[in-house]
Amino acid sequence: MSAEAEAEAEQAMTMTFREAIRQALHEELETDDDVFLMGEDIGVYGGINQVTEGLLDEFGAERVRDTPISEQGFVGAGVGAAATGMRPVVEVMFSDFLGVPAEQILNQMAKMRYMFGGKTDMALTIRTTEGGGQRAASQHSGTLHTWFAHFPGIKAVAPGTPAAAKGLLKSAIRSDDPVMFFEDKTIYAQEGAVPDDDDFTLPLGEANVERTGEDVTVVATQRLLGESLSVAEDLDGDVSVEVIDPRSLYPLDTDTIVESVEKTGRLVVADESPLSYGTHAEIGMRVVENAFYNLAEPIQRVGVPDTHIPFSPPLEDEVLPHAEDVQAAIENVV
Amino acid sequence: METTDGRREALRRMLRIREFDGRAAELFADGEIPGFVHLYIGEEAVAVGAVGALNDDDYITSTHRGHGHCIAKGLGPDRMMAELFGSSEGYCNGKGGSMHIADVDANMLGANGIVGAGPPIATGAALQSTLRDEDRIALAFLGDGAVAQGQVHEAINLASTWDLPVVFVIENNQYGEGTPVADQHNVEHLSDQADAYNIPGVTVDGMDVTAVYDAVEEARQRALDGEGPSVIEAETYRFRGHFEGDPQAYREESEVEQWEEERDPIEAMIAKLQDQNEITEDEVASMRADIESTIDEAVENARDAPSPDPSEAYEDMFDEPAPEIGQFAEQTRADGGSTGGEDR
Repeated sequence: MSAEAEAEAEQAMTMTFREAIRQALHEELETDDDVFLMGEDIGVYGGINQVTEGLLDEFGAERVRDTPISEQGFVGAGVGAAATGMRPVVEVMFSDFLGVPAEQILNQMAKMRYMFGGKTDMALTIRTTEGGGQRAASQHSGTLHTWFAHFPGIKAVAPGTPAAAKGLLKSAIRSDDPVMFFEDKTIYAQEGAVPDDDDFTLPLGEANVERTGEDVTVVATQRLLGESLSVAEDLDGDVSVEVIDPRSLYPLDTDTIVESVEKTGRLVVADESPLSYGTHAEIGMRVVENAFYNLAEPIQRVGVPDTHIPFSPPLEDEVLPHAEDVQAAIENVV
Repeated sequence: METTDGRREALRRMLRIREFDGRAAELFADGEIPGFVHLYIGEEAVAVGAVGALNDDDYITSTHRGHGHCIAKGLGPDRMMAELFGSSEGYCNGKGGSMHIADVDANMLGANGIVGAGPPIATGAALQSTLRDEDRIALAFLGDGAVAQGQVHEAINLASTWDLPVVFVIENNQYGEGTPVADQHNVEHLSDQADAYNIPGVTVDGMDVTAVYDAVEEARQRALDGEGPSVIEAETYRFRGHFEGDPQAYREESEVEQWEEERDPIEAMIAKLQDQNEITEDEVASMRADIESTIDEAVENARDAPSPDPSEAYEDMFDEPAPEIGQFAEQTRADGGSTGGEDR
């Protein structure tokens, strides 16, 4: 079922990506005392992107905790709190900062259950932001989800719609596994339909066909999902484009993507991460492994050509993938 | 440790650590225990004194040199030894080994192969008890080397800023791996750094189990009273190398011998108890014999304990399994992957 159809099936509300995330946090704080939030400027300030605005007033400083600028400390505290039964939701302001607490994420959060022989839960959710386009230069614009989707023991989510953001964040918080939740900060104001249901969740590890088509499959994440849907609309009549939001990068819903390529024979993968050794390669390889003989054309990748994100607007515009790049990739194969 | 029974129990636990780790050294040398082994011999008074001041429901985090902390916290030598042997009957079903023994049910949140990683985790455990309004604390053991780690600073700063019930116990065994403490820090006492967080910091004789106990007891009470964390530095000495097989070119053998002869924490405790007429020589001998047979049994059990089925390698990654794991095992192993794993 598409996000739209899911939304229509219930009483739907239109809200922004930001509001969908805030609502998910609000509802989970309200229903489960073990849930609490930690991060830099998430309380009084309301979050650098206003995502947590109002939550401090409603839930108090015990559960909506402003931290020192100390990612190793508060991510590690999240690990310890989760290992002892809490459901912390930790915000790391920019994914570019994830190198700072990487030790606690990689060697502790991701490994603890396994190393202990399955004897601890790790219900920790780390929210962070990605995406270029804000002229924020190389240390505040990166898209790093591939690193963490690659690392064993972590579930990685990168939603492209408000409905997916809300449904997956609630599942992430309720999950006893560690989940890294990557929010594209350039689509916080985008609107979409979200089911009006306090218990609306979406399972981790399920992709969604956002638009059906016959000629080419575009697997697109985050901002590029919306841009790919616009391209599909523009090409309607000439090319029939199927657009899939993988939603979860790990686990990855191979079946939905493979079924689509079995039908279309063509695959474009659009994701804002750098191209080498990446998310595009993984999605492409799974199609190669499972639908090699269905492929009519080489797989196309749309991403960042292995540079950092530069400051100057013409430079940044050059390296970031845009709708026209998705369109060019489609036209290469149809 | 305020009663004779308490003091005798402290001696028993120190002897148990000494015997367990002495046997682990032999078994490692004989090739029966694989991997990396870091022994606690010489430092027994720190773990036993510190954990002796805790309640069972207090949390601890440990280090790569964790056997002593485990035994002090009451973990059983059988399952510990089985873990060292890589058996599925070990505390971590053989997935952790010496460096990762944990028993969350006993509030022992894991030995840890990363120097300095325990203090943030202990801080989080203390945050949990604060949020749930529980009267329990978290105690983080860390080595002198860890004091130079950034995440230790961040953890203590966070615990102090939020007045969390944590006690940070620095085991200063004089060497961070192969480098003397004086070459790694520019303070007279590592506990001096507590001043930076506006919390108490004391240095105690880590070869005196009662001195460690007294310091931790006071710090624990302070933590429970909502007054925040403390730092305790216990000055001790590791009688073995950093790891088994360490050539120890960084120190003279005579230095080790001097500590062993003059400062052994177990001999000190025995002498003290005998002086106070709280134990006789015969009772010590019988205690040693009991412990020896306990550890003998642990070794025999570990030798007989089953190895994990290879399919267990694919289990325990997640609560809700990722389908990738079983699929990749099947696709990429010559035998089509071992069967029976929950993730398959």
